[in-house]
Amino acid sequence: MPRKSTTERRRKTKAEEVLEKVLNHELMPKAEVVPKDNAKALLRRLNAAPWQLPWIRSTDPLVRSLGAKPGDIIKIIRKSPTAGEIEVYRFVVPG
Amino acid sequence: MAEQYLNQEEVKSRIETLKEVLPSKLVNELLNRLSNVKLSDRQLERVMKAVTAEYYKSIVDPGEAIGIVTAQSVGEPSTQMILRTFHYAGLREFSMALGLPRLIEIIDARRKPQVPRMTIYLKPEYAHDEEKAHEVAKRIQVITIENLAKSVDVDYFNSTIVITLDEDALRYRGLTVNDVKKALDRIKGKAGEITVEGNSISVTVNAQEVSALKKMRDKILQTKVAGIRGIKKALVMKTDNNEYVIYTEGTNLEAVLLLDEVDSTRTISHDIHEVAEVLGIEAARIMIMRELKAVLDDQGLDVDSRHLMMVADVMTWDGKVRQIGRHGVAGQKVSPLARAAFEVTVKNLIEAAYMGESEKFKGVVENIISGKYVPIGTGYVELMLEHP
Repeated sequence: MPRKSTTERRRKTKAEEVLEKVLNHELMPKAEVVPKDNAKALLRRLNAAPWQLPWIRSTDPLVRSLGAKPGDIIKIIRKSPTAGEIEVYRFVVPG
Repeated sequence: MAEQYLNQEEVKSRIETLKEVLPSKLVNELLNRLSNVKLSDRQLERVMKAVTAEYYKSIVDPGEAIGIVTAQSVGEPSTQMILRTFHYAGLREFSMALGLPRLIEIIDARRKPQVPRMTIYLKPEYAHDEEKAHEVAKRIQVITIENLAKSVDVDYFNSTIVITLDEDALRYRGLTVNDVKKALDRIKGKAGEITVEGNSISVTVNAQEVSALKKMRDKILQTKVAGIRGIKKALVMKTDNNEYVIYTEGTNLEAVLLLDEVDSTRTISHDIHEVAEVLGIEAARIMIMRELKAVLDDQGLDVDSRHLMMVADVMTWDGKVRQIGRHGVAGQKVSPLARAAFEVTVKNLIEAAYMGESEKFKGVVENIISGKYVPIGTGYVELMLEHP
């Protein structure tokens, strides 16, 4: 069985390696941080306060990979069985 | 004079402008349908108008009680499901929770599913070779000393535990006596000297008491020698796509994803809490939908996937998986009356009174209780007259 040599394995920490695998998983949607200026316009369009959006925890792999902070809004591009592709937004909360 | 037909490019670019209003799937379907049709400018305009109007007609109205519709659409078919917990679905020595118990498990977001399962997909070079797939399965399965020992004797006079290993079992797993010794070294803790004599290993323990020795014996037997912690059983099965897939009982998603032989883009645990922890809330949302659909399909029930989306959305709304019940969705309602109406009425009312909560009468349940108009459908809108 081909195994990675120990030196090769040590170059990345285990957490980094897990995150890399996780981000390539088919269940991971594409996502991006909504810039602060656009966020205001977005909330006005949705007629909602930030906390009224669905939340996402700051410890979530998706948030960590984007480097988003609590208070940010992230745009998630979901694959939907009924609509093809849809954009949804989540509000980053601590936890 | 006959009207001029538009060429394909023009039709395409015109329809693509609809992406602003219509979902991409619908736009693509429209493009497909119109690829062989000759249309004039005016006709295309009418088609686009008709499609858009039809789409807006099918959209849910503001104030529609979609939660209730979902509850009934999932609830009614579930009355027809089997109640038997264990069902042997033709898989050897492999049991899984199916039907109503599994459905309840998902909706209640149980921490520990009755049978935690994983589906492990393999990289192409392993997925089409049964031998190699079995090899991987064997390596994944956790092997404790208990699986390898022929006999375990406790010598109470000399405070030693003698483990005689089964040679055949060792050879089958591709392990040596030394591997077992190494595993024992790791748990040393309370254990003393370890000596190897052929196939038997004796461990000297510092303790004298019988109970301590027995405890040590159990600890030694449960020691992991090889495999991945948590994977109790691993079975190789052929899927419909002519691919060998490993099904496991017991889960450890993180460790399995790190294996080189595993296709880490598709491998998945069926424990929703584990998925939420490792892959995040969005993945958990998809998993809830998939698992619900799997249960319903398995029972031959046809529930629209939009209802399952609704359930998954509500369960993952606050970034963590929460159950639909008194410790989750229903228990976190703002209205004390709505909470009291769900379960444990008296406790909820006393606690609300004790905490000095107030009732705002914004939701459905509390308005039904007090006999007011319910904020649903036409009751959802308020009209105000502007004074001239």
